[in-house]
Amino acid sequence: MTANLLRVESLTKAYPGVIANDAVSFDIREGEVHALLGENGAGKSTLVKMIYGLVKPDSGSMSLRGAPFAPASPSAARAAGVAMVFQHFSLFDALSVAENVALGMERPPPLRRLAARIREVSETYGLPLDPDRLTGDLSAGERQRVEIIRCLLQEPRLMIMDEPTSVLTPQEVEILFETLRRLTSEGVAILYISHKLEEIRALCDHATILRQGRNVGTCTPRETPAREMAEMMVGASFAAPAGAAHAAGEVALEIAGLSLPAPSAFGTALRDIGLTVRQGEILGIGGVAGNGQDELLAALSGEITTKGQVVRLHGTPVGHLGPAERRRRGLLAAPEERLGHAAAPDMTLTENALLTGADREELLARGFVRWGAARSFAETVIARFDVRTPGPETAARALSGGNLQKFVIGREVLQRPEVFVVNQPTWGVDAAAAAAIRQALLDLAAQGTAILCISQDLDELMEISDRFAALNEGRLSPARPAAGLSVEEVGLMMGGAHDMEVAHV
Amino acid sequence: MLRLEKRPQPSRVWTWATPPLAVMITMIAGGALFAALGKDPAEAIATIFWKPLFGEFAFYYRPQLLIKAAPLILIAIGLSLGFRAGVWNIGAEGQYIAGALTGAGVGLAFYPLDSWVVFPLMVLAGALGGWAWAMIPALLKVRFGTNEILVSLMLVYVAEQLLAAMALGPMRNPDGRGFPGSRNLRDYPAAHNAEIISGTGMHWGVAAAVIAVILAYVLLSRHLLGFHIRLAGQAPRAARFSGVRPGRLVVICLGTSGALAGLAGMFEVAGPAGQVSIDFNVGYGFTAIIVAFLGRLHPVGIALAGILMALTYIGGEMAQSTLGLPAAAIQLFQGMLLFFLLAVDLLTNYRVRFRHREAA
Repeated sequence: MTANLLRVESLTKAYPGVIANDAVSFDIREGEVHALLGENGAGKSTLVKMIYGLVKPDSGSMSLRGAPFAPASPSAARAAGVAMVFQHFSLFDALSVAENVALGMERPPPLRRLAARIREVSETYGLPLDPDRLTGDLSAGERQRVEIIRCLLQEPRLMIMDEPTSVLTPQEVEILFETLRRLTSEGVAILYISHKLEEIRALCDHATILRQGRNVGTCTPRETPAREMAEMMVGASFAAPAGAAHAAGEVALEIAGLSLPAPSAFGTALRDIGLTVRQGEILGIGGVAGNGQDELLAALSGEITTKGQVVRLHGTPVGHLGPAERRRRGLLAAPEERLGHAAAPDMTLTENALLTGADREELLARGFVRWGAARSFAETVIARFDVRTPGPETAARALSGGNLQKFVIGREVLQRPEVFVVNQPTWGVDAAAAAAIRQALLDLAAQGTAILCISQDLDELMEISDRFAALNEGRLSPARPAAGLSVEEVGLMMGGAHDMEVAHV
Repeated sequence: MLRLEKRPQPSRVWTWATPPLAVMITMIAGGALFAALGKDPAEAIATIFWKPLFGEFAFYYRPQLLIKAAPLILIAIGLSLGFRAGVWNIGAEGQYIAGALTGAGVGLAFYPLDSWVVFPLMVLAGALGGWAWAMIPALLKVRFGTNEILVSLMLVYVAEQLLAAMALGPMRNPDGRGFPGSRNLRDYPAAHNAEIISGTGMHWGVAAAVIAVILAYVLLSRHLLGFHIRLAGQAPRAARFSGVRPGRLVVICLGTSGALAGLAGMFEVAGPAGQVSIDFNVGYGFTAIIVAFLGRLHPVGIALAGILMALTYIGGEMAQSTLGLPAAAIQLFQGMLLFFLLAVDLLTNYRVRFRHREAA
């Protein structure tokens, strides 16, 4: 038995409307790789931010090698020997590797000596990296090495890694694992955040599993089957789907061979996505954030256009049409980001009602806005969806998240869409509002609308979907009926263990 | 300790109260500046703001006010559409020159034909000239993603060279004994932008500015295009989601502001200036940027700001000649106006809280 390095005791952190961490306790021993496992929104990020001094816990305590540990800032955490490699790198492209490392240090040594140190560390730990290269020319894996070496120069006792393999090729993953094993042999502990089960089984000594902010169990990954971990991660029980799949009508929406390059550096490329949604059917799409959800929505809303045949609405090609034209034909969408995407923050609810309702609600007369009609449409949305607000002339940003979400969903639902695509319909919304939104989606489907619901909340998808598919690194798994789906099957579809050997080649 | 607190929504009171407040702070700071220069601050301020309107020589200065305000307002209205949409046309000065050249070119080409069609054709040519000059940054941006701020600004200097070349070459007055500069359009009645009511300064450019203010107001508050312009500026992602095509908006906004700047140049060259000359442009295109922001990018605000700006110009000149204030001090004074406006603008979105430091 090795000694305890970090002890976390009933850490609790609440944000308005959500408890991110609820009395989480666990221990990390010296020289072990400890996995922190959980779905998106399970509270992993909040937990490590508290350990790294970015967030202050509401209650609970931590101790590092027996001494009380309450870092007030990341630099205090670093001074105590805790380092962190973030998922998104903070590097300047125009600077060399050594200059970037120097920028992250409190008292950087002269560049020449630093470069020598970087070479030394990179050789010791098997992380090939030339300190004089321009960061802009490095691959994602090499950039990660810069961040790791930046941490190693501080000689940490505990290194936190936030989904480190999400940007790596399989070969780079091997190199990284080799480095991590060498570090642990020297007694450095690693807190490893991931949701890739196979990876954790290969690397980690212990795992703590979080679900909805609670520590729901610990295990030894090498001895635990992946499906058992998936079960703990997802939750042992799903609410039964509301009723059996209703008699679905003809195909309303069809996507075939949708491939898109990543729209930005942090975007995800879509690869050969195909699906169909029938009238009156809800197709749920699960998956961890950042696996192509935003891109899929954009390709359906018309913000990204493709060849016409790729997206078909009742058999008619619409892939080449923009958002306004698709809306006119009955394909409506509600994006995840409420402020700034689904709604304009500084505009009133009346103006935001016009934002998507102009055409279908006949709010225009020869190009001129009928503000009276727009206002009454906004009032209808407010009344029918129980949006708590002083009135339609309130700015969107003044509404709470749940109320604005009800407005955004209501605005589309009341336009009687033929096909409705929604991303994260109840994200950050209180329970009552979430239930109302889900009911609205079910009612809409009962009226014959085809619904594509993208969500990271599996309970939600199991509750409302007729069929279920998962997005993983821009690929969509084949859709399967939700009713017969077991917990472990869902976990594996999402986690990437499914068919991934083929995909990685 | 001072703290800034974000308001849940922009304050309507402060939206309208900040410009007058900025003018007042400018008067105080400017007064201090003039006092430091050894002038009587009250008199200097009065010379700038009061005497041109109500002083002894107001009969001369009042028409000047309209003559100077009209091009500022006309250009600023066009710029404000782009600024609202996040399209930054900084080169109105160049489009102003281009419009003056094409407008005057048409007039000079018809010389000495005496027909009523000459002036309307010049108006059309002026608008087209400014529009075409603005299309250069617009198309480059849409096609190649170039920065419209840089391209439109650079084109100002190109336009200035073109102006000099024209004044010295093709447009030079054949009867001008070799002096640079074109024929004076004031001596060619069919092309002259004369005062509509004599002695008031009210020429066709003033009429155009009034029409532009009204149309811009209707566009922004009632038309879908105006809504899209505002949406694109405030929430570009939401605009794309709504169906706004960003490229189309760039072309429309740059085109409109170019056409209006071109019109302003044409009215100026055919009226108050009279001829194409090397030093024809005096910076209206740049000052209009200040006017647009001073007027909160709102058409009515711009009309008021244009008049205020014209007043500081005329009053500033008066203060230079009667009080001997240096020109730099007047420019500083005008710069303060924009500075303070942007500074107090904070109050629209933030609330200032005074808070005592809590014991640690």
